[in-house]
Amino acid sequence: MPNRISHLEHAREALRQNITRRWFFKECGVGLGTIALHSLLQNSVTAATSSVANPLEPRPAPFSGKAKRVIYLFMAGAPSHLELFDYKPQLAKFNGTVPPAELLKGYRAAFINPNATLLGPKFKFARHGQSGLELSEVIPHLAGVADDLTVIRSMATDAFNHAPAQIFMNTGSQQFGRPSFGSWVTYGLGSESMDLPAYVVFSTGGKGPSGGASNWGSGFLPTVHNGVLFRNGPEPVLYLNNPAGMDAVLQRDTLDTVRSLNQRHLGIVGDPEISTRIASYEMAYRMQTSAPDLMDLSRESRETLELYGAEPGKTSFANACLLARRLVERGTRFVQIFHESWDHHGGLTGGLKAECGKTDRASAALIKDLKQRGLLDDTIVIWGGEFGRTPMVQGGDDGRDHHPNAFSMWVAGGGFKPGIAFGESDDFGFNAVKDRVHVHDLHATLLHQLGFNHEKLTYRFQGRDFRLTDVFGEVVPGLLA
Amino acid sequence: MKSSFRPISLLLPTVLAVGFAIVGARAEVRKDATNHWAFHPPVRPVVPTHSSSSWDRNGIDYFVRAKLEKEVLTPSTEADRSTLLRRLYLDLIGLPPTPAEIDAYLNDASPGAYEAVVDHLLDSPHFGERWGRLWLDAARYADSDGFEKDKPRFVWAYRDWVVNALNRDLPYDQFVIEQLAGDLLPDATEQQRVATGFLRNSMLNEEGGVDPEQFRMESMFDRMDCLGKSVLGLTIQCAQCHNHKFDPITQEEYYRLFAFLNNDHEGSMVAYPPNEQMKVANLRRQMQDLEEDLRHRTPDWRTRMNAWEDSVRTNQPEWVVLHAEHEGENGERFYQYSDGSIRASSYAPTLWTAHFVVTNLPASVGAIGAFRLEQLTDPNLPCNGPGRSVKGMSALTEFRVELRASPEDKEAQKVKFASATADFSNPEKELEPEFDDRSGKKRTYGPVAFAIDGKEETAWGIDAGPGRRNQPRKAVFIPEHPLELGKPTAVLHVYLEQSHGGWNSDDNQNHNLGRFRLSVTQATNAVADPIPASVREIFNIAREERSPAQVAAVFRQWRTTVPEFASVNAEIENLWRDWPEGTPTSTLISRHGMGPGEELRETRLLKRGDWLKPADVVQPGVPAALHSLPAGSDSSRLTLARWLVDKRSPTTARVCVNRLWQAYFGTGLVETAEDFGLQSPEPSHPELLDWLACELMDNHWQLKRLHRLVVTSATYRQSSKVTPELYERDKYNRLLARGPRFRVDAEVVRDIALSASGLLNPVLGGRGVYPPAPEFLFQPPTSYGPKTWKEEVGAERYRRSLYVFKFRSVPYPVLANFDAPNGDFSCVRRNRSNTPLQALTSLNEGVFNECARALAGMALSQPAASDEERISSAFRRVLGRWPTPEERVDLLTLLTRAHQRIADGWISAGELATGKSELPRHLPPGTTPAQLAAYTAVSRALLNLDETITKE
Repeated sequence: MPNRISHLEHAREALRQNITRRWFFKECGVGLGTIALHSLLQNSVTAATSSVANPLEPRPAPFSGKAKRVIYLFMAGAPSHLELFDYKPQLAKFNGTVPPAELLKGYRAAFINPNATLLGPKFKFARHGQSGLELSEVIPHLAGVADDLTVIRSMATDAFNHAPAQIFMNTGSQQFGRPSFGSWVTYGLGSESMDLPAYVVFSTGGKGPSGGASNWGSGFLPTVHNGVLFRNGPEPVLYLNNPAGMDAVLQRDTLDTVRSLNQRHLGIVGDPEISTRIASYEMAYRMQTSAPDLMDLSRESRETLELYGAEPGKTSFANACLLARRLVERGTRFVQIFHESWDHHGGLTGGLKAECGKTDRASAALIKDLKQRGLLDDTIVIWGGEFGRTPMVQGGDDGRDHHPNAFSMWVAGGGFKPGIAFGESDDFGFNAVKDRVHVHDLHATLLHQLGFNHEKLTYRFQGRDFRLTDVFGEVVPGLLA
Repeated sequence: MKSSFRPISLLLPTVLAVGFAIVGARAEVRKDATNHWAFHPPVRPVVPTHSSSSWDRNGIDYFVRAKLEKEVLTPSTEADRSTLLRRLYLDLIGLPPTPAEIDAYLNDASPGAYEAVVDHLLDSPHFGERWGRLWLDAARYADSDGFEKDKPRFVWAYRDWVVNALNRDLPYDQFVIEQLAGDLLPDATEQQRVATGFLRNSMLNEEGGVDPEQFRMESMFDRMDCLGKSVLGLTIQCAQCHNHKFDPITQEEYYRLFAFLNNDHEGSMVAYPPNEQMKVANLRRQMQDLEEDLRHRTPDWRTRMNAWEDSVRTNQPEWVVLHAEHEGENGERFYQYSDGSIRASSYAPTLWTAHFVVTNLPASVGAIGAFRLEQLTDPNLPCNGPGRSVKGMSALTEFRVELRASPEDKEAQKVKFASATADFSNPEKELEPEFDDRSGKKRTYGPVAFAIDGKEETAWGIDAGPGRRNQPRKAVFIPEHPLELGKPTAVLHVYLEQSHGGWNSDDNQNHNLGRFRLSVTQATNAVADPIPASVREIFNIAREERSPAQVAAVFRQWRTTVPEFASVNAEIENLWRDWPEGTPTSTLISRHGMGPGEELRETRLLKRGDWLKPADVVQPGVPAALHSLPAGSDSSRLTLARWLVDKRSPTTARVCVNRLWQAYFGTGLVETAEDFGLQSPEPSHPELLDWLACELMDNHWQLKRLHRLVVTSATYRQSSKVTPELYERDKYNRLLARGPRFRVDAEVVRDIALSASGLLNPVLGGRGVYPPAPEFLFQPPTSYGPKTWKEEVGAERYRRSLYVFKFRSVPYPVLANFDAPNGDFSCVRRNRSNTPLQALTSLNEGVFNECARALAGMALSQPAASDEERISSAFRRVLGRWPTPEERVDLLTLLTRAHQRIADGWISAGELATGKSELPRHLPPGTTPAQLAAYTAVSRALLNLDETITKE
């Protein structure tokens, strides 16, 4: 991992040279013990108020997890498992007939009529790789990395409306206000980047995710664990660029003046929070260089751009995937790409072709690229939506409604068992019938791979120790290598 | 790889071990609930005055000093006057003092100078803005629905109510009562009803395919959570799914509290801001006077009116109500009422046709001579309806009916209509901009005939203008030939085409019908009854039993039919044209138990908190561990409200004073402002907490008095300087051996820049404003749907941050970056982070730079001043004090360097001074663009100092 180490080295070097800090430690009389103690209190009830030490300081997980970082490709809108990962010949056979009544007992649907008929799969499936993983023809590039995928065909969730289900998938609760998975991870592991955010978010679909910014919110965790929205273009992070007329030299002069005044004042009032402010400004300054540098895809080789289908300067899922790799190389802990384009109530066939066209190649490229750089072993790549789609038809003969009982996701890397299809749904892809993996179970397993017991990664809020998995979730050993 | 940070990292495993404590272990430390201090009402403690010192100023100080003595610490000396003044301004009004205000204070050597400023600030209208913001966090106030659509909502009247209530020092008990049950107070005023918007601040999911009842229940859970955090200080929401693990609240008790809130309509009303209230009262009086004059001039009016009543009483044909079922899988959700009416709810597609089917046609119908479509008002519709637009209006593009011989019959007989009448249609007018469908076509709405003209561009409109919009309306459609139904299996298909909404279903652009009812008659000469149903109901009351208001209502109808009253009628019509628009606002309206849609809901315990798993019915009631309800209490919200602020409540007053303390000192006396239960940490000063709570209750719950008490205490007035030793002893200043020092809240961060630069527009109240923000935030793929963010031009850009429009799913980034909560849920304790994104925001965001430029302009506007003087004056505007010589040198150096960069041609002075590629249009006399630019750089540095955004 030469690339990554060099970035880390760079970050630490920058840190060593941080004269602000040095001044602070030497001359302000506030020792390291104090700082560390603050850090400790970060995790107690006091965390909501102040932060003197950097709460994003990198730290090891309690157990040695196989994975150190996450790239989560969130396919918002909910792609159809029946067309992509979970082939159902019986569904084709019973196309146009009403599903068995016992299947629908107590079933609540978002839109469709109770008497909607079954709809056969719209695409052909074939087996791929040495593993013989059965995948749809519409994701040929993913088929090319079949042996690296851990496909879960028995996912189940609690919600069947987009916003609550997305919030559930991201926070473990349908109620807004809980920390997102990414926030939990940076809370637990901190960040290895000194000049880029710990948790970076992209949105590349036709719309923004239904749950809005709460999908990457930090809930009751300290706000530093919020995901930071990045976008393509001249200003990847909001307010990154200097105002018009301000050049780099005068900007540095300005920051030196601000720092000098802050240091003088620190000497008078003695509040260590001022030194944190100084450090924040220095990191902001570094980010002004590091973020554009990160975004500059023109430095990638032609082969790499080709691999992803990325085009420098464009806004696309492919670019975001490549940026995700560049981010994790630079120490960012969690990258999440929202691609909200999969809500195919109608136009299923064309819609899937279009969206797979935008995402398939880059998703596969990300796996290949991470692998060739030695990063896949300790990076988890997650691909999936908030629920699945009904085996029943909606909107003529080319659409499917929301469906929570069974759907598919895949993970890769991070110590997951590659080249397997885990779990099964029934013959119609209606219910998860074998090795059901509930959202909470997935969360528990992901945290396990990152080195956490999901029951012990807690945060005290309102008198209760909250977890990502609420009071549920079990690690799924069958998914692990 | 060694760095100075290494030791910290090594320490972290220990840190995490503490943070990741096992949940189960908590149960072991469970204390006996009956002994827990917070479940016993506060008893006024004796003020520990036995050892007084010259430091003490009021009761607070005795408690604080007693604790300090125990810890062998001494309080700090008083902060210097300018620091204290700025602290006071930031705390009480959220704005820094102006140089003139600083001068006035520093020049006032009288002993009561400080107290005079306190009183002045408590009387400032900005006090309510500052402290209202904190309550609005607790009230989870936002200007949009949240969830996927996140449509703008109109609730700023509630926000203004909060500000106003705090400004007039509405006692806290009354403050809570009005917000929970203002509508149920005797002779409730409009403003008291506006206050009930408090509970309505819950998020609302109207994405397609939802079950509205599911999300009503979500709102209910949110309201319980909000009450728990904001008023009770208890985590009652834990008991939604099971008995509370720690606190004495059972699941049943949770649902008993819930039952108090479970019988309301999700109401909304038109409210009038202060300037419009006067106008409304005036117009109302003028209309009454005119009517009174008519009566005066027509001595026999009563006889004539009765004769008219007798003549119209029975002039209506027999109508048979049809029970229509919605057909189709997408679109709105429909509630069916027992009177045959239907109410649309949830997702509102803006361009669509609702399709209803009527089977089991009553045999009595025979041949249909006319169809009637009634549009009915409903408390759950915007402004009471009858439509679903923001103003409660609708537009019916086409009314179509088909007859089929049987449900299976594919052949449909389309009904051709010959004529239509309505009790009201607005004159034809073009659709308002919010209904633009981007087709480029001219689309209008007006006469009811538009609903049967077969044209997509025209619709029946019912907009009677402000003050009269929200009334039931009806239309009658006559087929060319009476419609013979034939077989008993006959089925009617009714299509209500509603394609007069706007292009975006994710915004407030629907123009749909709200509540409506279909009926038919055999009569072939029916017309829409001009007499409203409400007046016909009065007809059914014996004349001698009618109230004056009922008589007046009949009179109002009758006078419109009297030819000789024409000129007065016209005069009244003219007055209506002056009626102000008002603004819609959310309220609670109790179900009254009588009539369709008014049925009382029974509340059931929900197994595991799942609304699909109702168990036993529970009755309204309160947790046994808290104080009891007064004997004979009813089950209204008002009962709950009064119970919450009962002086026997063990937590209410404590929670209130603790939140106030937290705002002043950074941490509450109880650290967990939201939770006083068994899991809460011990209060730092339990007796002080109780003393303050009693002070509040014993003084009629007056908040301003409490504020005065805190800010005039010696505890508050201490210097916030800290030595390493003291810092080591008490990092979070829980012992209060020094004054508070922490970064101000997000809104204050921004308001300081606006105020110091002279840009602040201090106007109070009104709609949310849209300061500059990157447009992409409001467009896909950042936002789910496109949102409207119409950047303000002119002074509205510079309104206080309280007024910035709050989209829940796309929080305004300047404020979000400084930890402003987005209103998804009740927040009584904000995060206070310190991040690089904050630095980037105040360095580079547009308005901050407009402030820097304006501040530069002010610095340069002093004629014949030296750079030292100019820099000092700008410094003082921002920081409330003069710079030290060293600080001035730092800033002069920056000024010189900026000048040099400009002189060397690296920087365009015009660009830096204006933010655009142009030269400044208004230069202070005798100055150059280069000066303005260089001062802009210096001002920007000033606005980015730690001290600038810190209360010190």
